[in-house]
Amino acid sequence: MPAPTIDHTLDEILNLAAAHFKVPREKLTPDDDFFKTLGIDSLQALDLLTRLEHHFRIELPDYELQGVSDFRTLANRIQARL
Amino acid sequence: MNEFKGQTLSWQIVNGAIELALHRDPCNEIGSLTLEELEEFASALPALTNEAQALIIHSTLKAGFSAGADLRELFERGQQMEKAAALRGVREFLARIHAVMNALDAAPLTTIAAVHGVTFGGGFELALVCDIIIADRMARFCFPELRLGLIPGFGGIPRLKRDLGNAVVRDLLLTGRSFNVMKAQQIGLVSQIAAEGEALRVARATASQVGKFDRRTAATAKQFVKPIPYDELKREIDIFCDLYSRPAVEEGLRKFVENEGVQPYLP
Repeated sequence: MPAPTIDHTLDEILNLAAAHFKVPREKLTPDDDFFKTLGIDSLQALDLLTRLEHHFRIELPDYELQGVSDFRTLANRIQARL
Repeated sequence: MNEFKGQTLSWQIVNGAIELALHRDPCNEIGSLTLEELEEFASALPALTNEAQALIIHSTLKAGFSAGADLRELFERGQQMEKAAALRGVREFLARIHAVMNALDAAPLTTIAAVHGVTFGGGFELALVCDIIIADRMARFCFPELRLGLIPGFGGIPRLKRDLGNAVVRDLLLTGRSFNVMKAQQIGLVSQIAAEGEALRVARATASQVGKFDRRTAATAKQFVKPIPYDELKREIDIFCDLYSRPAVEEGLRKFVENEGVQPYLP
């Protein structure tokens, strides 16, 4: 099965983040700083990472998220593991 | 003392299992107060063992099982005293926590860690003393100590080496990365994965199952399959203390403690 497109991956991340952190989906955009938009700290970011790993069935070491705070870059990191 | 309610932890016997609940905000950081109460538990354990067939360790906090050692306390105590005294204090703390961990490791009843969320550093080491780890689907494990210029100090490396292949141990230790339950089960660390919020229930069912067996046989089997690596544990304290003396550690701790950003738990 071909890997999903980056747009599809990004959309799934935004959907998952909106649903889990109870933020209206339309308020999230790819270039948002997810710490600010979702109002989360580093422990909650690890929770998000775990949910994304389960959702995409991947392993994404947290050091790959060093300095990453926007959804688009996060999607790129995940896409590289699909 | 069949029941205890402390500031950082509590215990009671429920349906033949001792349930040790951790509840120190924000995420069960293990400092001197937790150590004192763990020592009380270790002292009470021989008597409790006569009343129960299993021990379950779990956390009542949403954030997770435990974020590990209380780094703020470690840093602040180091600042309050001269270096030789601080080092003596660290060595004494480690000797005491090792005594507790060794007592839990050797307890003649089946021990179960029911973990969820953050299970990092000293919290991970507490889970590793248990015979069985049951993890919530959202649990996450990590040995982040190298980020501070240290190694795990509560018995982590010898116990991880006891349970896992050395290549896996090197990966987890030398990268300091966190990993989820799927990885944890794949490498043989986690016995069972529970749905979100269900680890304690699954642990209770497991405790009930192990209670069906003859106690002495179970204790003998445990002793046979789970030797305690005492020599390596002692060596770990020496290595930790050697590393702790270096200025890089003070800087690493300062960076963590003074970090007001949103990412202190990310590398």
